[in-house]
Amino acid sequence: MKVLCCVSHVPDTTTRIQFTPDGAALDRTGVTFIINPYDDFVLARAAELKEKSPTTVQVTVLCVGKNGASSADSVDGNLRKALALGLDEAVRIDAEAKDAYYVARQIAAYAEGKNYDLIMFGKESIDYNGSQVPGMVAALLGLPFISYATSITIENGKAHLTREITGGKEVLECPLPLVLSAQKGLAEWRIPNVRGIMQAKTKPLHVLPPVEILPRVRTLKHEPPPPKGAFKKIELDQIDQLVEELANKGLI
Amino acid sequence: MSAIAVWAEVSEGRYKKPTLEALTLTRQWADSLGLPVWAVVIGKELPTDSQQVLGDYGADRLISILDPQLEPFVNSAYARALSELIQQKAIRYIVIPQSYNGRAVAPLVAIWADAALFSGIIGVPEKEGEGFKARRIAYSNKGFEWVYTAHLPLIVTLKANAIVPAKNSRTPEQESFSFSPKAEDLRLKPIRVEKIATDKVPLTEAEIVVSGGRGLKGPENWKIIEELAQVLGAATACSKPVADIGWRPHHEHVGQTGIQISPNLYVAIGISGAIQHLAGVASSKNILVINNDAEAPFFKVADYGIIGDAFEVVPRLTEAIRKYKAQHSH
Ligand SMILES: Cc1cc2nc3c(=O)[nH]c(=O)nc-3n(C[C@H](O)[C@H](O)[C@H](O)COP(=O)(O)OP(=O)(O)OC[C@H]3O[C@@H](n4cnc5c(N)ncnc54)[C@H](O)[C@@H]3O)c2cc1C
Repeated sequence: MKVLCCVSHVPDTTTRIQFTPDGAALDRTGVTFIINPYDDFVLARAAELKEKSPTTVQVTVLCVGKNGASSADSVDGNLRKALALGLDEAVRIDAEAKDAYYVARQIAAYAEGKNYDLIMFGKESIDYNGSQVPGMVAALLGLPFISYATSITIENGKAHLTREITGGKEVLECPLPLVLSAQKGLAEWRIPNVRGIMQAKTKPLHVLPPVEILPRVRTLKHEPPPPKGAFKKIELDQIDQLVEELANKGLI
Repeated sequence: MSAIAVWAEVSEGRYKKPTLEALTLTRQWADSLGLPVWAVVIGKELPTDSQQVLGDYGADRLISILDPQLEPFVNSAYARALSELIQQKAIRYIVIPQSYNGRAVAPLVAIWADAALFSGIIGVPEKEGEGFKARRIAYSNKGFEWVYTAHLPLIVTLKANAIVPAKNSRTPEQESFSFSPKAEDLRLKPIRVEKIATDKVPLTEAEIVVSGGRGLKGPENWKIIEELAQVLGAATACSKPVADIGWRPHHEHVGQTGIQISPNLYVAIGISGAIQHLAGVASSKNILVINNDAEAPFFKVADYGIIGDAFEVVPRLTEAIRKYKAQHSH
């Protein structure tokens, strides 16, 4: 079984996000980049599948991105971390991730004809929170798409899945090949062990040029959230007034 | 003649808040362009109140796409139906609620209808030069982004709770569009749905959310959270460690790696306000923080703060609200 895990390279969750003075881009100075946390669920699930059937499961990790100026902003470094979970090979499409459409077309162009049985993504990346790329890749490749998957097991070429829906979950079945996007639950996050880290150093990491595609959506500018003033401090004996105020504002 | 189409999602036989919000945004956008609104309903049958509800929220036409195979929901079949409609009617603007199903449908339509996609916008798209711009939340609530495209068709998905549903009544004409899904669009087979606590508002749609953190000390203490939520008609949520240790179910976990919400009022009780937690809740319109540590980072993003012991403050607050509601109900 061939598995493709697509990951994105995003600012660490603890980053205080700042933009360049013109608002055009993220200010990358001093920012550490990590593998998108939702993609970690996918990598962990792939590692489980690989562990169970080491000889028949083949896992590729792919990222569309350019290495940044510092080692804290290295896509290749993050791909090696992914490989350290016991996965087989990594691919980096050497291009800036211009928009979701552009990224989806790059991934689809790479995957086309390679007969992946399972293509997995995180449900969204924590930078642009778009939830667009996984579905676009599925549509481009003509494969079924399961969003917000919280579990997958595979038996005789058929997948049994659950996905999160409003107010509950849905149980589904789908023949392979398929594309899914992962929600928490797909697997427990894993931390690579020393042996995995050593082995990852010599595993293949292919750097490929992008295909020529025009993006469709561009960012005009970013804005920081409006500054919050000091909060209104409520003493214990002012709770009635608080309730009154919340009610007057139509909040309760 | 052109129009703006909006997918009027039916959930459990009804048009719920995300659909009413999408209709409202569509009406406003359509008025700015001088176009009519076509509400598109996809499913096995039309809910009986369709004409009334869709008309109330501004639809000039109701286009139904009905087929027995369109129930239960399968994203690829719905996306195929929308894509065919868009192409046959040369529709250039499409609005989709950013619900779970909306997220599963929109990117497929973007490819099949060769459209640009703005995802999770929080306001009406505005004309800008040759194209459109719209505002959305980026970096998990740590910033905003203005996106732009001159590509048409343009699909936008609307973030939940970003705008308030507003009526704009009229009587829609009705039309049916003939479509049946192909086998390849039905490879995915839904088996069953498992609902959680049906008496509660879904977290993503809730206007008020009461949330508890590790400060509550143990699952047995959640009664005070539940009671406050009950008097407020609120949904309940929790921080990540609380779900991880199993005090609360995972589907209540909000934050960077949980659910992202933007209710009108978020009440954070015994939650420190770690940056990853805030990433899921900071776009709430009002935040009330209850914490016994005056230095808790959550106070930096609070609108109201009560510095005190949750076990003392929360029951008092619940009681005060109960009293207020009793006095003001007619
Ligand atoms: C990659 C990553 C992703 C993460 N994603 C998320 C996420 O999605 N969501 C999330 O929530 N966290 C997330 N976290 C964890 C996050 O960093 C914090 O650890 C977590 O939010 C803390 O939860 P808490 O506030 O409930 O607990 P604590 O930090 O332990 O805070 C408890 C608070 O309760 C207060 N308190 C104690 N007793 C009382 C009392 N009697 N009355 C009133 N207040 C009291 C304390 O003053 C304290 O502020 C993530 C972390 C990482 C590394």
